[in-house]
Amino acid sequence: MELLSELQFGLPLFYFLLLGFAILMYVLLDGFDLGIGILYPWFNTDAEHDHLMRSISHVWDGNETWLVFGGVILFAAFPAAYAGLLSILYLPIMLMLIGLIFRGVAFEYRFKSNRSRHWWNRSFSIGSSLAAFCQGLMLGAVVQGIPQGAINLSSLQWLSPFSLFTGLAVMAGYALLGCVYLTMKSRGALQQKAARYGQRLVIFVMLAMLLVSLGTLLLQPEIRSRWFGSWHTLVLMLLPLAAVLAARLLFIDLGRVQQQYRTGQPVQAIHESRPFWLAASLFLFGFCGLVVSIFPYLIPPKLTFYEAAAPDGSLLFLLPGVLIFVPLILTYTLWGYHIFRGKVEDFEEGY
Amino acid sequence: MELDSALLSRLQFAFTVSFHIIFPSITIGLATLIAIWEGLWLKTRNPIYLQLAKFWIKPFAISFGMGVVSGIVLSYEFGTNFSEFSRITGPVLGPLMAYEVLTAFFLEAGFLGVMLFGWQRVGPRLHFFSTIVVAIGTWISAFWIIAANSWMHTPAGYEIVDGVFHVASWWEVIFNPSMPYRFTHMLMAAFITAIFVVLATSAWQLKRDPSSEMARKGLSMTLWFALILTPLQAYIGDLHGLNVKEHQPIKLAAMEGIWPESEAGAPLLLFAIPDQKGEQNHFEIGIPKLASLILTHELDGELTGLTSVPADERPNVAIVFYSFRIMVGIGVLMILVSLAGLYLRRKGTLFQHQAFLTFCSYLAPSGIIAVLAGWYVVEVGRQPWLVQGLVRTIDVVSPLPAERVLFSLTLFVLTYSLLFAVYLYFMRKLILKGPPPLEKLSEQLIGVKAAGYAAALAKHPKPVHQEAN
Ligand code: HDD
Ligand code: HEM
Ligand code: HEM
Repeated sequence: MELLSELQFGLPLFYFLLLGFAILMYVLLDGFDLGIGILYPWFNTDAEHDHLMRSISHVWDGNETWLVFGGVILFAAFPAAYAGLLSILYLPIMLMLIGLIFRGVAFEYRFKSNRSRHWWNRSFSIGSSLAAFCQGLMLGAVVQGIPQGAINLSSLQWLSPFSLFTGLAVMAGYALLGCVYLTMKSRGALQQKAARYGQRLVIFVMLAMLLVSLGTLLLQPEIRSRWFGSWHTLVLMLLPLAAVLAARLLFIDLGRVQQQYRTGQPVQAIHESRPFWLAASLFLFGFCGLVVSIFPYLIPPKLTFYEAAAPDGSLLFLLPGVLIFVPLILTYTLWGYHIFRGKVEDFEEGY
Repeated sequence: MELDSALLSRLQFAFTVSFHIIFPSITIGLATLIAIWEGLWLKTRNPIYLQLAKFWIKPFAISFGMGVVSGIVLSYEFGTNFSEFSRITGPVLGPLMAYEVLTAFFLEAGFLGVMLFGWQRVGPRLHFFSTIVVAIGTWISAFWIIAANSWMHTPAGYEIVDGVFHVASWWEVIFNPSMPYRFTHMLMAAFITAIFVVLATSAWQLKRDPSSEMARKGLSMTLWFALILTPLQAYIGDLHGLNVKEHQPIKLAAMEGIWPESEAGAPLLLFAIPDQKGEQNHFEIGIPKLASLILTHELDGELTGLTSVPADERPNVAIVFYSFRIMVGIGVLMILVSLAGLYLRRKGTLFQHQAFLTFCSYLAPSGIIAVLAGWYVVEVGRQPWLVQGLVRTIDVVSPLPAERVLFSLTLFVLTYSLLFAVYLYFMRKLILKGPPPLEKLSEQLIGVKAAGYAAALAKHPKPVHQEAN
């Protein structure tokens, strides 16, 4: 009995963490897809564009499914938050969906077109950028807090200088993920280019993270006291510290990748793949920081996750599904990536 | 003019979901057909089957892509446009949809990459396995979403606490009274839709190139399938109708155009013009007593009519009435076409009969039209209820400013119209291009492009290819 009641107390927390996991997976995986779309205009030839598209055409659908998963976990576990957030963020969500539509269909149509190819290029890059920007906007809107009045739904309060900036910051972050993914999946001039852009983006992303953090701390006393109120501070300061270290290593690795083209000495495989994991860890640290700031709210500063939670019956029903299927999904997703390992340009493949 | 945001939200939902269902109807059936062809190829090594699979995989891929992007919109639209509905039914519908993502969407997406792009990466058996998994994934997806939708028609296994639906029995929620009928009817509808797309295309190809082995195989196979499935679909539909009579009598009255509070020996109306205000039909043409006979198995059986409930609890009768006739009409037509095919096959002139081939080639969109009509019967017939008898649609729409919904609706109409034109253009292009020649297929099966070749390259970082570049 004791165990059961404890379990039930922990259930909403479990789903809160699961939601965080789904969002993080989405951001990392679709992040590099969208990032490649954002970088697209900086690559010029048809061959480069082919390469960019082919590096992700077999995974974008699975990656985007994490967005659907995040959405339905919110719907199933926190219906009140799903209802509130989505109707308040109506416009950015709709624009994001339109963006995702245009970038999604571009995969299918671009490879089958001749004359209209440049339209699909545009559809892909604008769609990806729009989707990423809207996601950043929503992030900003949630972090800055949604005032009571927003429930009346007639204000555009999600639109602020802060949220516009987070929109751009998320675009830059995704572009960085795109660069490090390309570093892993390409060779030659393309790889060099990706690594070079990657280095610039590391600097920009670190600056953006700093500014967003400072902005949050300045604008919101409650979050400030959470970070700098007690002994927690010492532990919490490990997060930015780790981020700076990761960024430094990432910068060096990307430098090495470029170096090989000057010296002719091929770089070790680890230096081609490590940037991806380093960039991912940057996101992880940033994400942890975010959770520290807004926990336990789903719609700050009003609705907490335990207030929004669905009845236990619903949470319990979903639990075995999550426990069985999430590990299974991770397994076959990894298997999929394994099947398509290696550099893109080695094969002429398709269906 | 005063804009009504509730009406706009409903229009937007109806528009986006109608757009979406076009593509699952095609992909569920096509994935299954492709899996069958691939299996037959592995078993018989007859290259015609591989040609069929390889030819249809491209239309399949673009349909799938359209299905994915339009589906994502829907999973967010519940929250954006029907926020109160999401809040109160979330504990019931949310977990069902979460199971859909866990057991179906990830599965489809995870194996789709291998199915489409893995021909040279994995061996034929593993490829076949991936194709099967994608096909089964689409069925599982249909299972959960239909369970959710059916619950809204025949709610069961719930209790209401503080205005929010809680679940008393998940079994009753999932296998609610209308679910088994709706699920089988919908799955069959998807198979039939794809079968008629392939049938029509094969007929058209045969007219252009009477010697095409692939077109003959395609036509012959789909006609056999149609011969089995279309009568079965009519039978399931009949059972479905009996189920509606039991649980949603007012919807049934709208389908049959029955106005009196109750009518004994009701005729089966072939045509009529329902008059919502006047509470009667004009220009009725019907077969006496047949409706009663079909639905109650008695010539003078009693059927409940529309006027047994107040006017504000009746759906739009004309839409339901006509949609139902369109669906059943197409269903009957499909049965006749399958029978005609059987007759011509017996006579040995199936592949030569130009008039038959021409007629078949027009049937490409017939399944889709029937599917849409069927859904309009189901969904419009449930109005004004969103959850039958419990939740009214207008009470649970998000209180959004109308301009905002008008804006997004306009955006969707523009985007989807454009994309639909593009989709048709590319489908036409792919079909005109014809199947991959047999020589090219064999090159992919032996030699440089053979299965497993690419994976072998990836293991050895210095590929043979590179020197050639
Ligand atoms: C009978 C089948 C059926 C019905 C009634 C619906 N769908 Fe659907 N849906 C599918 C059958 C399907 C599918 C066959 O599984 C799709 C189509 C093509 C595809 O990629 O998967 C799909 C795709 C699809 C996706 C993208 C999945 C991905 O990322 O891979 C989402 C989010 C939805 N749907 C959501 C919905 C919602 C919220 C619906 C109801 C309002 C709905 N679908 C009705
Ligand atoms: C996929 C095929 C489907 C089609 C073509 C379809 C069509 C429609 C239509 C035309 C309406 C508008 C009825 C009216 O307002 O008069 C509607 C309403 C609705 N349907 Fe469906 N539907 C489908 C599936 C589903 C499913 C699977 C669900 C849920 C799980 C669903 C949930 C709803 C909801 C919430 C509404 C309310 C909005 C409204 O009244 O307009 N539908 N649908
Ligand atoms: C020929 C005889 C047919 C009969 C008697 C029949 C009967 C029915 C009935 C009674 C419904 C409504 C159920 C409700 O309101 O809840 C329905 C819905 C539907 N029908 Fe049919 N149908 C037939 C043929 C077809 C065909 C050929 C297709 C498509 C290829 C089709 C596709 C659908 C779909 C998609 C729905 C909505 C989803 C569902 O309830 O399963 N039907 N049908």
